[in-house]
Amino acid sequence: MQSATATPNDEVLTSADGTPLQVALARATRKAKWRAFWLVAPLLLFIIITFAIPIAQMLYRSVHNTAFSENMPAVGEYLRNNDITDVPGEAAFAALVSDLITARENKTIGSVATRMNYEFPGARSQFTGSARKAKRLEPPFKEALIAIDKDWNSKHLWNVMKRASNPIGGSFYLAAVDMRYDENGNAVRVDAKKRIYVPLFVRTLWLSALISTLCFILAFPVAHLLATLPLRYSNLLMIFVLLPFWTSLLVRTTAWIALLQGQGVLNDVLVGVNILDDENRVQLMYNQAGTIIAMTHILLPFMILPLYSVMKSIPPTYVRAARSLGASSWTAFWKVYFPQTIPGIGAGVLLVFILSIGFYITPALVGGSSGQLISNEIARHMLQSLNWSLAAALGGILLFIIIVLYWLFDKLIGVDNMKLG
Amino acid sequence: MSLDNPMVRFDNVQKSYDGKTLVVKNLDVDIAQGEFLTMLGPSGSGKTTSLMMLAGFEPATHGEIYLNGKPINNVPPNKRGIGMVFQNYALFPHMTVAENLAFPLKVRNVSPSEIDKKVQRILELVELPEFGQRRPAQLSGGQQQRVAVARALVFEPELVLMDEPLGALDKQLREQMQYEIKHIHENLGVTVVYVTHDQSEALTMSDRIAVFEDGVIQQLSSPNDLYEKPDNSFVAQFIGENNRLSGSITGIDGKVCHVTLDSGDQVTAEKVVDGDVGTRTTLSIRPERIELDPEPGTVPVNIPGKIEELIYLGDHIRVRMSVAGTSEFIVKVRNSSGRRDLEVGQSTTVGWDPEDCRALDEITT
Ligand SMILES: Nc1ncnc2c1ncn2[C@@H]1O[C@H](COP(=O)(O)OP(=O)(O)OP(=O)(O)O)[C@@H](O)[C@H]1O
Ligand SMILES: [Mg+2]
Repeated sequence: MQSATATPNDEVLTSADGTPLQVALARATRKAKWRAFWLVAPLLLFIIITFAIPIAQMLYRSVHNTAFSENMPAVGEYLRNNDITDVPGEAAFAALVSDLITARENKTIGSVATRMNYEFPGARSQFTGSARKAKRLEPPFKEALIAIDKDWNSKHLWNVMKRASNPIGGSFYLAAVDMRYDENGNAVRVDAKKRIYVPLFVRTLWLSALISTLCFILAFPVAHLLATLPLRYSNLLMIFVLLPFWTSLLVRTTAWIALLQGQGVLNDVLVGVNILDDENRVQLMYNQAGTIIAMTHILLPFMILPLYSVMKSIPPTYVRAARSLGASSWTAFWKVYFPQTIPGIGAGVLLVFILSIGFYITPALVGGSSGQLISNEIARHMLQSLNWSLAAALGGILLFIIIVLYWLFDKLIGVDNMKLG
Repeated sequence: MSLDNPMVRFDNVQKSYDGKTLVVKNLDVDIAQGEFLTMLGPSGSGKTTSLMMLAGFEPATHGEIYLNGKPINNVPPNKRGIGMVFQNYALFPHMTVAENLAFPLKVRNVSPSEIDKKVQRILELVELPEFGQRRPAQLSGGQQQRVAVARALVFEPELVLMDEPLGALDKQLREQMQYEIKHIHENLGVTVVYVTHDQSEALTMSDRIAVFEDGVIQQLSSPNDLYEKPDNSFVAQFIGENNRLSGSITGIDGKVCHVTLDSGDQVTAEKVVDGDVGTRTTLSIRPERIELDPEPGTVPVNIPGKIEELIYLGDHIRVRMSVAGTSEFIVKVRNSSGRRDLEVGQSTTVGWDPEDCRALDEITT
């Protein structure tokens, strides 16, 4: 096909002063483009600083940890230059002792020990204990250290140290999917009893799916009502939908606690009217049920609003046309009305699902132990165990899951098909 | 075409949405098998409401609608077997044209091979044989309109309702589609109830026209009668161009009456309005039935007038005149060679045959 600007004999079109037309056009639009750019620049900067950089940093931290390599330079140097086929000889132990001494003087031995303990249980006391005695040690250091703690004679430990001597590594991702390196450096799954994160990811995905489904089931009729009621009723109803939006998340969650806990309003009423015995109060808080109920409630508006905006744009004549063509009211709904709401369903489900995958505060308050989600575990590693690299790796996996879901959604429904409101 | 066994009968049907005002008042219409009946009227006159009651989307507040002799007030729309074309076509946007056309067949459990055949045949009928795989959004307005008509016809209903199906099209396409719809109607022999507020559309397409105003049918007759013999001033004014003169009846002579115009001129007209001598009346005369400067004695009525404006329209000349106190009196003059001498300001006379001038109810404005 011939492009519209090319003349039949392929001459380049020029403007009045002889410059090629495309160049002239580019020059004319450049100014407008720059202006547009300067208008969005503040927002762009804001997003880069508060969003893009922290995410990049988090992802970097999930594969980058210098606690060992920086604080144990001599033994690190040795480990980087030598393969570990067995427990190394005196040279490595001498370097280790000098590093232990400096690390203790610099008060960095704690972080080294913690780092080692992630992958080699028991390493914390072994490192701090040996460092305390390191100054008084005489050569040969190998025997001396092994005398303090026989784990120094473990090839596994030396493998762990070898990997930690390289600040870049995937061991935190391995830990985040409940795997570890065995003595020979192969990745294996941890004991079934010790698996934490994969079950938690599965639970998070499953609860998110359940909550999205519940939201959808509850929101669809409400949105339909909103879209079809006369304006003055639908406005009132809309306020009821938005009211929770305007209330603090914390207040809403606490309200659910007051309503549903063992000594809460619901149980009191049920006991009061003798449906339940006082001993058999139903536990709806501090467990999975609490997480599901409270999160469904909190995320409901995110489902209702996109559905409403799509339904509002479907004129009633479609259903009428279907009916006049012979469809029962169910067929008219299912074959004609429902398919047209799919962009809204897609947007709502995606929104609710992604929000609930990363939900933190509600499960933390009402989830008990069975209702915790992966973000609670991430928060725990950020705030309590201070294993930021593991937290970052868990976050990285979460991000990856969301991107995959988004991609899947795009394949199935098409993102440009989606109506957010 | 007989009305002994009407296909549709509205029997004293009334409709109110709010319980306060009647949107349709005492609707009594019989529609014959195979007829093309048009509901014509200004906006808000109750045309769509009447159609919706027939289609089953609005319940009648009072009265009964019969389809082939059976009352249908309690029959749901999908059981009525009535095809319907909506003003904005209402083609299902998530289905292709072929799927749209197959929809009424599928819900009737027609076999897939039969569906394919019927869809292809109807696509050929509306001259879109290649368009089955397109989406409605990929069609032009006129093509969408044809698909909408095809969809209303594909399940072979005996009765098809069309609510301003051409409202969204431009004039030229409108005229072409009018012709095509009429053509399909004649070929298939379906009964069509058609709603429009375009009077020329109604006149060209219909067997009969029901002129609605304010929920009442003002007149129900053939296009010809509607134009030539309007029953009342509303119809006379609504259909075609019309000169109005007010006066009082001063004498009745069988079907003809003598009227003294407010200007004092004496004329005769066909008496349509009820009432005795002294009744106020509005005379209605079509512009093309008026003779300008007739030979004395050739027409019974002859009153003076003055030419105010000449508009040259090629095949005819519109002459605006002052006659009997109104300056909006329009006369259409054929552009024949003898007519070149018309001049603005010229005083002359106008005349007509009393048969062409109808004494109708008075318009109070
Ligand atoms: N769903 C409704 N609820 C209340 N009033 C209505 C409703 N539909 C129509 N009306 C009123 O009924 C009257 C008749 O409406 P209808 O739609 O039948 O007019 P129409 O003759 O089809 O007009 P148009 O040519 O503009 O389509 C109008 O005054 C309208 O406001
Ligand atoms: Mg209408």
